[in-house]
Amino acid sequence: MKSLITLQVNGETQEVLAPVHKTLLEVLREELGLTGTKHGCELGECGTCTVLIDGTPALSCLTLAVEAQGREITTVEGLADGPAAHPLQTAFAELGASQCGYCSPGMLMAASALLRHNASPSREEITGWLAGNLCRCTGYLKIIEAVELAAARMRRAGAPAQRTPNAAQAAR
Amino acid sequence: MLRLPAFEYLAPRTLEEAARMLAEAGAAALPVAGGTDLFPNMKRRQMEPRVLVGLRGVAEMTQLSGSAAQGWRLGAGITLARLAAHPELRQSYPAVALAAESVATPTLRNMGTVGGNLCVDTRCNYYNQSYEWRRAIGFCMKRDGDICLVAPSSPRCWAVSSCDTAPALMALGASVRLVSAREERVIALRELYRDDGIDYLALKPGEILSEIMLPPADGWRSTYRKLRRRGSFDFPILGVAVALRIGADAIVEQARVCLAAAASHPLEAVKAAEMLAGKKLQPDVIAAVANEIFRVAKPVDNSDLTLSYRKRMARVLVERALRDLAEAAASGRNGQAPGA
Ligand SMILES: Cc1cc2nc3c(=O)[nH]c(=O)nc-3n(C[C@H](O)[C@H](O)[C@H](O)COP(=O)(O)OP(=O)(O)OC[C@H]3O[C@@H](n4cnc5c(N)ncnc54)[C@H](O)[C@@H]3O)c2cc1C
Ligand code: SF4
Ligand code: FES
Ligand code: FES
Repeated sequence: MKSLITLQVNGETQEVLAPVHKTLLEVLREELGLTGTKHGCELGECGTCTVLIDGTPALSCLTLAVEAQGREITTVEGLADGPAAHPLQTAFAELGASQCGYCSPGMLMAASALLRHNASPSREEITGWLAGNLCRCTGYLKIIEAVELAAARMRRAGAPAQRTPNAAQAAR
Repeated sequence: MLRLPAFEYLAPRTLEEAARMLAEAGAAALPVAGGTDLFPNMKRRQMEPRVLVGLRGVAEMTQLSGSAAQGWRLGAGITLARLAAHPELRQSYPAVALAAESVATPTLRNMGTVGGNLCVDTRCNYYNQSYEWRRAIGFCMKRDGDICLVAPSSPRCWAVSSCDTAPALMALGASVRLVSAREERVIALRELYRDDGIDYLALKPGEILSEIMLPPADGWRSTYRKLRRRGSFDFPILGVAVALRIGADAIVEQARVCLAAAASHPLEAVKAAEMLAGKKLQPDVIAAVANEIFRVAKPVDNSDLTLSYRKRMARVLVERALRDLAEAAASGRNGQAPGA
């Protein structure tokens, strides 16, 4: 049974005709071409498919696209502000927090929600918040340090922790 | 890609509508809340409902109200993240908050509900595998086969009850409301479970667990400790929930001890509770209760880490939980404790 699914993704309205049993991950990657969100285990066991739904980290591999309608979805493609990378992305690149990069979209999305919720998280809060995202490469320390660096820069810049996709859209 | 099998999706707005939709669709339908247990099972072809009734739009199932003096009503649709973060619940029913925050990962707790958690499927190393894996090794009786691969001569399935919040809620005397198109009933939470890896829930066809009722906190102190390989992601391979009412003279007036992942249902250790009543939490009492827990915990060789380790850890976790509560009572706190 196909149905017309209307999604708000990174501030844009998208309509797709897809079967109701398609996950948000499948629709993002295969219908909308937004392949930034990665697929790993597809069973909730790795976190690489993490996106934000109404600002809260959620696993797109276990969310039906039909159930994400009417809610604000943010993927890693919506993190940057036009050509300007998000401070988290810059810090990940600078500190080697992204090696093979497969976990990075999920890590970035979860970390961006953390920084919006808490501008100066402790190390414990960072590890607790990212405890649903596995990384096979970095040993996690670089990721934690990158989140700390981004948080410090964002506090200094006085920037809002994360621009809402709509605001980013309007500024463009 | 591991894909879901096809189904029809219904989105009721009220509990009544949800119950009616389930009744109309009959045995082909299942309710889905957060989907964090059901969707992996469907991707592995352990469940293939033709109709899913999505509960997330049912606003009356996301209510949370009450007080320590009157008890609480928890909508089955509230997320584990919301449950764990609730300051008053954490204060007066710490075991529930500790259990909720020990489930899975932060992201899964944003999605998974407490009702779905209470109904979570039982687990087994031979079952929680892809269709291809299970076909290669030979299917078992929980799905598609007719023998038990853990205990081949056994007529029953020993899959493990792997829910963290059930023992905590049971220890605090919770009951649940079950609603179907035909009737509505309230049962003690312990009666929701059956000691069987396949038919582990006593839900009647089409019944929805709509809310959980916690009695007044009324001097109860509680805690929950969980054993698992990693500090995140992993299901419990053992969990111990203890709730005690301790009098002014440090004597335990009433006790409940419930175990996760020690049987196919959340296991209430009735004798251990009797051994605590009327006693002070002295080292000899704690040791005797721990021995009793060691006796009743009968893990099966179908989950992570070794059988004998899990059994021995039952003794250790219950000792730690009782010591937490003894210290908490001595300092006038409730049973706040870090994870095991
Ligand atoms: C990687 C991973 C780790 C996990 N770790 C843990 C863990 O440590 N501890 C733990 O307890 N769980 C764990 N889980 C399982 C699951 O995430 C939680 O149990 C969660 O709370 C399930 O809730 P849900 O709303 O997502 O349930 P769903 O998946 O929506 O439903 C689960 C089952 O309950 C039924 N159901 C749901 N709601 C109702 C209702 N209101 N009335 C009647 N039936 C209903 C569904 O039909 C289904 O059979 C884990 C899952 C994953 C993927
Ligand atoms: S305990 Fe036996 S029957 Fe049950 S899931 Fe495991 S192998 Fe299958
Ligand atoms: S792909 Fe979603 S958690 Fe692994
Ligand atoms: S950078 Fe390779 S998995 Fe994290």
